[in-house]
Amino acid sequence: MFCDDCKQKPATVHLTQMANGKKIDMHLCTECAAQKGFLLFDNNKKFSIPNFLGSFLGSDFNLQDVHSLASTSNCSNCGMSFADIRQTGKLGCSECYKAFDTELEPTLRRIHGNSNHVGKIPLRGGERVFLQKEMGELKLELQQAIKAENYEQAAEIRDKIKELEKVINEEGSR
Amino acid sequence: MSDSDLLNSNFVAWMDSREGSESDIVISSRIRLARNLQFITFPYFMNAESGNKSMQEIKDAWKNSESELLSAMDLIAFDQTSSLDRQILVEKHLISPEHGLSEEAYRGLLVSKDGSIAIMINEEDHLRIQCLLPGLQMEKCYELAQEIDDELEKSLDFAFDEHRGYLTSCPTNVGTGMRASVMLHLPGIAISGQRTRIFQNINQLGMTVRGLYGEGTEIVGNYVQLSNQITLGQTENEIITNLGIISRQIVEQEKMLRRNLQEEMKYQLEDRVGRAYGILTNARVMSSNEALALLSDVRLGVDLGIIKGISSLVINQLVVAIKPAHLQRRSGGEMEAFIRDVKRAEVIKEILLKSSK
Repeated sequence: MFCDDCKQKPATVHLTQMANGKKIDMHLCTECAAQKGFLLFDNNKKFSIPNFLGSFLGSDFNLQDVHSLASTSNCSNCGMSFADIRQTGKLGCSECYKAFDTELEPTLRRIHGNSNHVGKIPLRGGERVFLQKEMGELKLELQQAIKAENYEQAAEIRDKIKELEKVINEEGSR
Repeated sequence: MSDSDLLNSNFVAWMDSREGSESDIVISSRIRLARNLQFITFPYFMNAESGNKSMQEIKDAWKNSESELLSAMDLIAFDQTSSLDRQILVEKHLISPEHGLSEEAYRGLLVSKDGSIAIMINEEDHLRIQCLLPGLQMEKCYELAQEIDDELEKSLDFAFDEHRGYLTSCPTNVGTGMRASVMLHLPGIAISGQRTRIFQNINQLGMTVRGLYGEGTEIVGNYVQLSNQITLGQTENEIITNLGIISRQIVEQEKMLRRNLQEEMKYQLEDRVGRAYGILTNARVMSSNEALALLSDVRLGVDLGIIKGISSLVINQLVVAIKPAHLQRRSGGEMEAFIRDVKRAEVIKEILLKSSK
């Protein structure tokens, strides 16, 4: 995402202004924001919800962080950097989750106490996920069967796993 | 357009207290699913181009859907509405206060005729599918939300990751993208000074407590919104079951405290209810917070049979009818705060006296 003003540099300052009940969103680069006098919070850090969430996403936000993190990689789909995400507490697009997977892991654990989804899977595009879930369940069953020394059943489950593996590989190569 | 009913009347589906269980204490149940379109910039960072693209895709999915549920809904684009209309939708709990401030063509609401299903478009997420029903009926809300979700998913590519689940703008919603909540009216707990004790450990149970209008709003009129905080690592059913169990426990506490009040403080209780009714039917100037506090007492009187003839549906409607935008719609124009307080007193008196006849 580029600066609304100069349209050249990446936008690192995101502002929402309320005037006469109207909401105005601005996305500026540090330079343009400084020119417009919007960088007052640099040495006057106030508590706000985005900052609060931002601190969930790593250390407390300040401008030094923006400068030091600006060079690290950005999301290839929307151009958002992790500094942007930290600052606003919001991700830019679906692909940010892949781009910043490692950075997000501790955050998700802190918020949810967990970082793996176990709920609903969309019907469309979710076939592969669904098969893998089934695979996980079969493997668990296999372990239990072996533990119980029920080898006949274990052999049956093993065959099912092999079949399922084939299906998953075909899905993956499609 | 049928949305005119939602914009002009005092009624919306969740108010109908004849439906749903425990509706003397549980005002309404809500399920909200956050869904996003793959690759399109999330609404917080959206410009007109990405906004229009997302709006168009959602519009197409709605128009081309064969589901009766979806095709019976109306689309309200926010460039076509006045800020008063949007405020009315906020007061009816159909959109969030933040969404009510938006006026771009690419932000809006898909809403069923009775307001039981309301899909916010390009709020914090591309889609927020909400189902809102009266009383405690979490499961039915979830079924409805599922139906809409499955139907939209037929033509929309939702952002989903096998490890992270449904991907959302804010990491606090990722996973199921689901927020389940109940609106509780808890005068018994409040009068006995038990609120802190009952709610102090609620966070440890993965739940959170808010006021009438959600995030960042204070508790007024003894209305408390209870919802799940965790969306990742729990299934939808676990979330609903947990919320159901905790809600029922709170309902039991409230019932017990109400019984105690009736048995041990009969006169004080009836005095309090009677005074509230007296003020509400005689006052000439009434602020919103005062009205909500007194209506809470009257509602308790209705629930316990101290006041007869008034239904809780009327109280549910009144709580919304006395909000600024609804008052302004009723009197046909903008009003300054003091005039609103006068109008509010008038409306309360009129509605209460009419319905208790």
